[in-house]
Parts: sequence; C-alpha cells; structure tokens
Amino acid sequence: MLLDSILFYAFAALILFSALMTITRRNVVYSAVWLINALVGVAGLYLLQGAEFLAGVQVIVYIGGIMVLFLFVIMLVPVNEESRQRRFAGQKWIAFLCSALLMVLLGYFLSQGADAFRLAESTPAPEIDVVTQNTETVGQVLFSEYLLPFELASILLLVAMIGAVVMAKGRTTES
Amino acid sequence: MFPVTTAHYLFLSTALLIIGTVGVLTRRNIIVVLMSIELILNAVNINLVAFSNYLQNVNGQVFTIFVITDAAAEAAVGLGILIALFRNKETVHADEVDILRW
Repeated sequence: MLLDSILFYAFAALILFSALMTITRRNVVYSAVWLINALVGVAGLYLLQGAEFLAGVQVIVYIGGIMVLFLFVIMLVPVNEESRQRRFAGQKWIAFLCSALLMVLLGYFLSQGADAFRLAESTPAPEIDVVTQNTETVGQVLFSEYLLPFELASILLLVAMIGAVVMAKGRTTES
Repeated sequence: MFPVTTAHYLFLSTALLIIGTVGVLTRRNIIVVLMSIELILNAVNINLVAFSNYLQNVNGQVFTIFVITDAAAEAAVGLGILIALFRNKETVHADEVDILRW
C-alpha cells in the first residue's frame, strides 16, 4: 500500500511536470518529447489501477502511433525560424479565467474534506479479480456489450484516414 | 494523504485538465494546441479508469479505448488540416489564420 502511494505520487509529479513543460517550451520538438513523458506517466497510472491492457494500448497507440505522427508533421513544417517568435496568443485572460474557475472548484472540494468524495458508499466493491484477467474482461465486454460502438469506431477511423490523406495530399488535378 | 483514493486521481486529472486548457487557449502554434488537446483527453481517461477501478466495473476502461480511438482520428485529421494550411498559407500559428479563402 505504501509502495502504491509512492508510485502514485511519482507518476503524478511526472505527469504534471511534463504537461507544464509541454505547454511552455519554445521548441515544438521539445514539447512533443515532454508530452511523450506525460503519456508514459499516464500509462503508469493505468498499471497502478489494474488496467494492464489500457497501459499497453496507451504505449502502443499514443506513443507509438500518435506521437510519431506528431513528430513527422513537425519535421514537415519548418519550426526553426519561427520558434524565436512570440509563443503565446493574446488569450491569457480567458485562460486565466478558465483555470481560476477550475481552481475554485478544486478548492471547494478540498474545503469539503474527504466526505465530498464518499460517493456510492453503499455499493461495495464486488470481489471480482479484475487484476489478473483484465484483458480478457475488457475483450469480452468490448465484443459483446459494445459491439456496435466498436464497429462505428472502425468506420470513424476509416473516415479519418481517408480525410487525412485527402487533405494532406493537396490539389493534383492539373495533371 | 497516504492511502491513495479515487479523489487523488480526480484531483490529478483536474490539474491536468487545467494545464491542457491553458495550453489550448494561450499557445499560438497549432501543433502545440493539438498536443494540449491530447493532454485534456488523457485527463478524461484518468478519470474514467479511476472510476472503473473504484466501482470494479470494466465499462470505464472500454470507454477509455473509444476515447483513445477518437484521439487518434482527431490527431490524424488535425495534422492533415495543418499540412494543407501550411501549404497554402505558410504558417502554423493560429492567430494568423484569419481569412476564409485566399
């Protein structure tokens, strides 16, 4: 239990620090690498909560797929001269307002103490051994209860793939 | 403080959501804006998995898989739009895209 706490705080510190570095770095490549750090921390949190399949999906899809796509696009778009320019747009006050509202929410729940989170106390955790057969359980639910959303997700991916290719290809109708 | 509860995960995900929101609103580079959106989606995923663990119900993890699918589709389409934009306007900054056609 103590090890769990230590790991949680380590991963939380990793995630928050990496996220802060992601949105403040001047060079976009550094931002991408810090974002990879944050995603690794999130995968660690999944492992800590017994979601091993999701941790694998996070590493393979997010870090291996999405972040490599980001890095490819960064390489396609020249950033060196532009990285010296102004980093932030003029929306600081809206951002300050949004974050202040969320901070007020956090402060409210902190002032309520631990009782604010004692939701659904009457539902005791059934003793299903989710930890040992996580992938099997996820697969069974995904292919039985969520079969239609699963197929719709594949159609969504197909549409997104075609759209990305069409938009990135540009006009070549002259030839 | 020491037994890590679901509330800890909720606070962490709220903090991550705040950072992502600030990134979306303040950065000029569209690539960093897309990365901040990934941060926001990860905050949502942390919430879903935390409640899935709390209720011992695997549905939250299945929802997380769908969120990751959407994140992949969004990143692909967003970066395709970015490449088309850069080909036409030679910029990757959000505040310089202020016309509808050229």
